Amino acid sequence: MIGTRTFQGYRRANGAVGCRNHVVILPVDDISNAAAEAVAKVVHGAIALPHPYGRLQFGPDLELHFRTLIGTGSNPNVAAVIVIGIEPHWTGRVADGISASGTPVAAFSIEGQGDLKTVERASRAAISLIQDATSIQRETIGLSELLISTKCGESDTTSGLGSNPTIGRFAERFADAGGAFFFGETSELTGGEDIVAGRIADPELRAKFQRLFDEHQRIILDQAADLLGSQPTEGNIAGGLSTIEEKALGNIQKIGRAQVSGVLEMAEAPVTRGIQFMDTSSAAAESVTLFAAGGAALHLFTTGQGNIIGNPIVPVLKLTANPNTAATMTEHIDIDISPVITEDMSLDHAADLVEDAVSACASGRHAAAEVLGHREFVLTRLHRTA
Amino acid sequence: MPHHFLVHQAGDSVGVSVTDLEPDTVVSGRYQDDHRSAEVSVLDAIPLGHKIALAELSQGDPVIEYGVMIGRATQSITPGQHVHVHNLKGERWQ
Repeated sequence: MIGTRTFQGYRRANGAVGCRNHVVILPVDDISNAAAEAVAKVVHGAIALPHPYGRLQFGPDLELHFRTLIGTGSNPNVAAVIVIGIEPHWTGRVADGISASGTPVAAFSIEGQGDLKTVERASRAAISLIQDATSIQRETIGLSELLISTKCGESDTTSGLGSNPTIGRFAERFADAGGAFFFGETSELTGGEDIVAGRIADPELRAKFQRLFDEHQRIILDQAADLLGSQPTEGNIAGGLSTIEEKALGNIQKIGRAQVSGVLEMAEAPVTRGIQFMDTSSAAAESVTLFAAGGAALHLFTTGQGNIIGNPIVPVLKLTANPNTAATMTEHIDIDISPVITEDMSLDHAADLVEDAVSACASGRHAAAEVLGHREFVLTRLHRTA
Repeated sequence: MPHHFLVHQAGDSVGVSVTDLEPDTVVSGRYQDDHRSAEVSVLDAIPLGHKIALAELSQGDPVIEYGVMIGRATQSITPGQHVHVHNLKGERWQ
């Protein structure tokens, strides 16, 4: 019974529940990466999140940049943040946004100081933030208080037959118990969008979903390109998926028969529990980064052919139902549920295995992607720089 | 292995192999919705995860999987044949 299961986690100042305790050095822009990475080398116990953007962006693209950075710093797996940017205004905006969630923040800007002084000042601040963070003890928390996200990658037909329906069964149970559960991948709903829309009872939310879906379709169709090889990917095709519709129908198995109670913009935090659709890219690292910025503490990633993605602040647990992938890529696979398709393992049994793995990982056991050092932090861009 | 392919639901025109299938063999499948079984003679080599035709299809006919159209046949297809990008094309993004 997932409703009575507990794990050992962290409850943050705003009540959100985390399963890791990172101190993050967060650059606001590309040119502050060097200082951020230097701080993470000077002190031990902090992680830098370098990225290639943050200059001359504007409009919705800039808003998404801020929302993603602020959401990342406010994620419940983060105990404290050092923000470093080239100038004080945007640096302050990101720091203030994170501080509003109750997370301790220190902010530094480089202009007028140079990298070396900034690294020294930020490193001194990091010492006390790390010591405070490492003083926090894990406590017993209900598993259904977590916010979990899901995404599939390098999918094949075994995803639609086995691993995605397993996540769907888990999602039904988790949402019933009061959990909050993100799914997204807007373009990969193509052909199954009516099924998702039919799960959204609230007319306003359904209209919002349709708007987000239609906007994404328009961007794709405006290119008038043949997407075969991109969507479905070459890996999808090698695995037997032939069309975007087939891929979408497999994809939406991940929410089972559950109703959808929230519809969110990219990197937006949910205001309710239950199943939450977030408009995201279908590229693995982009979407997991957006879910993390929306507050997801743990990610369930299904793969057919063997996507190896991880995230710097959110543990990414990987499932496969493909017996070949389970055998050849063992170091990446946390949960092998191939017996669902090759034997007669029930979805209920497979979902029990997921519950066990989630509970252990949330309590501190590292996911394969964490052990292998996968820290893909990838910001989504909406349009060109000014 | 209790079956060679799975079918999502009744009415689907394709099944999905869960092992590599060899031509000129008779293989058995299981429906995921009602656990009914089915048999088909394999005509092409079909790798694990790839689709096998269960119905006679003409060019332009809808191909059904999950009870939903996933695209149309671009040529006639016979039960036992491999169904993939060479004889199936989606309708979206075209």
